Amino acid sequence: MSNNTEEAPLSTTAERHAVVGAAGTAPGKDWVIVTREIKREYDMGGEIVRALRGVNLAVRRNEYVAIMGPSGSGKSTLMNLIGCLDTPNAGEYWLNGQMVSTMKDDDLARVRNKEIGFVFQTFNLLPRASALHNVELPLVYAGISSGERKQRANEALEAVGLGNRVHHRPNELSGGQRQRVAIARALVNRPSILLADEPTGNLDSSTSEEIMKVFESLAESGQTVIMVTHEPDIAAHARRVVVLRDGLIASDDRREKFAEKLGGGAH
Amino acid sequence: MIVVKSSPKSLVAARTSVHSRTSPRQQLTLVPFFEAVRLALATIRVQKLKSFFTALGVCIGVMFLIAVVSIVDGMGRYMENDLVGKLIALNSFELRSRPNINIGDVDRATGLEYARRPRILESDVPAVAAALPEGTLWSMSSDAGLKVESPYSRPRSASITAMDGDYFQIKKMGVTSGRLFTPGEMTSGASVVVLGPDLVARLFPTVDALGRQVKIGGKLYTVVGIGESLGSAFGMSFDNYVYAPFRSPIHRLLNREAHAIDVMAIQAPTPEALTDVQEKVRAVMRARHQLRPSQKDNFSLQTADTALDFWNKIKQYLVLAGIALPAVGLVVGAIVIMNIRLVAVAERTHEIGIRKALGAKRRDILAQFMIEASTLSTFGAILGIAAGAALAFIIRTTTPMPTYVAPWSIVVGVLIGAGVGIISGVYPASRASLLDPVAALRQE
Repeated sequence: MSNNTEEAPLSTTAERHAVVGAAGTAPGKDWVIVTREIKREYDMGGEIVRALRGVNLAVRRNEYVAIMGPSGSGKSTLMNLIGCLDTPNAGEYWLNGQMVSTMKDDDLARVRNKEIGFVFQTFNLLPRASALHNVELPLVYAGISSGERKQRANEALEAVGLGNRVHHRPNELSGGQRQRVAIARALVNRPSILLADEPTGNLDSSTSEEIMKVFESLAESGQTVIMVTHEPDIAAHARRVVVLRDGLIASDDRREKFAEKLGGGAH
Repeated sequence: MIVVKSSPKSLVAARTSVHSRTSPRQQLTLVPFFEAVRLALATIRVQKLKSFFTALGVCIGVMFLIAVVSIVDGMGRYMENDLVGKLIALNSFELRSRPNINIGDVDRATGLEYARRPRILESDVPAVAAALPEGTLWSMSSDAGLKVESPYSRPRSASITAMDGDYFQIKKMGVTSGRLFTPGEMTSGASVVVLGPDLVARLFPTVDALGRQVKIGGKLYTVVGIGESLGSAFGMSFDNYVYAPFRSPIHRLLNREAHAIDVMAIQAPTPEALTDVQEKVRAVMRARHQLRPSQKDNFSLQTADTALDFWNKIKQYLVLAGIALPAVGLVVGAIVIMNIRLVAVAERTHEIGIRKALGAKRRDILAQFMIEASTLSTFGAILGIAAGAALAFIIRTTTPMPTYVAPWSIVVGVLIGAGVGIISGVYPASRASLLDPVAALRQE
């Protein structure tokens, strides 16, 4: 880890304005994620739930960020917005130079396909499809020919150490192996960000460590990684930790500082 | 413990300049058609029971369609080619006192008018024949049902016809053994007969009929030939016949009125000449019956078409029934399919969520479910055609009802079957395509 100040987290309004520009303008090339005052409200049977109340988050290319927070803090909502599964009620979201917060369904689908690699807590593999077919899926929707798909999917499985498991179905694989298939699937279309939602939530601690090492090595190789988790020791693997509370960013620190706080007995 | 090879790095490094990829892409990303069909087949394999019921919905509708259409078609062909075609030969018409094929109702007034009509006389025949253009064939005949006796069996009923002229030529009839009548036998009125195969089998079960004698009305006739089979209609054999020369003693048994005949059959040389020949005959007969221009014909000129008139009328109703019945089946099938498809969408909500998260667009999901539905229903339609054809075959072999599976009905069956599947698949598929990815992913 370098101590370069440019690597420092940025989230306060003043800093953001200084570095990533004002509302309505595209952020600089270095910024893969920029949100400006995004809000998301839900109508729960007449009662308005304000899940996000104006979040400003800027993530530089090649960063490894953990988003933390207790349940109800809005971290799932934020992850859905970052993942382009949902759009904010207000505010701007720029992903890799594109304003995605105003996009329609099909454009969002295209952005998800090209820019985002999802890794879910429950793996979300198609149960009846082989590992290979699961990994091929994003390429299918990208309109890539069958031959190239097979080759790239095989390579991706190879890369996560499952080269000898390509024809196994999810139920023939261990939890750790399933999550590796999911990681291969997330990376096969070379996304701008790898977005992981509680990636170790369904795994035992040693398998969790294994998966975290995979993330680490991906981050080292230059992959932008965003990980949503409620476990501090998992979050501590990231180089930057954003903590959400009540729909707002409560803190945004580098790992060292986060560890310091954690050690200080905040919980 | 950790097995990460150096490859994730190469994966990421392989990425081209990330920012350059942010330019707008108008790439077509619709999942290729064959991919979707493959996916559909895989899903069908996995969800056997649900697929079976979906296919069954179409299958039953198409089966009814094929079966009913084959019955209507079979009856139609039968009426046109066999029944009426056998009774009245091609390009020909029959001069009769009154029509003998009355499939519809004859009202009382018409019946009385028929009864008052004069008979056609033997003496009418040369006059009519003289007016016929060259190449026209004609015959005269009388017929009745009578008992025929032989030493080898008890008496049997048969249809006896006394004929003269070009009778066998017009009927395109020949013999399977023996011979037809010689001109000498015809003019002298010899006591010879040609028997139908069924009658031969009954009267001479154990011996060869040729050269033996049968007794009709107390007189003996020598069998000179065994005629070809004329087939049967609705289980009624046409092969129970006896033909004899018109001038043989037999004709006295057939007509109580002396010198009367039942029918004069006339065959025009070409189909185009038929109307012309008919008009010539009509003129001669009106003159002989001394009809004034205001009076209607008091004789009948019956063609195959006039005999088919009635059939064509009922056929309309049969075709309507043939459409309505399967339509009900197909509507029921469509409802079944739509229900099953809706359940399938509900069950696969999570899968749809995953696919959407990975970049499936609305039209990708729509296409997936539509192709699945149409693959299933086409499959069902093909099964339905097989079942319908089998049903038609069973009807044909176990009942006297003739059936015919027309090629067009197979094409229509497949189209309708696939169409029903597609139409009833639209709503469930569009529901699937509109699912919110977040909600869909949340559902297990």
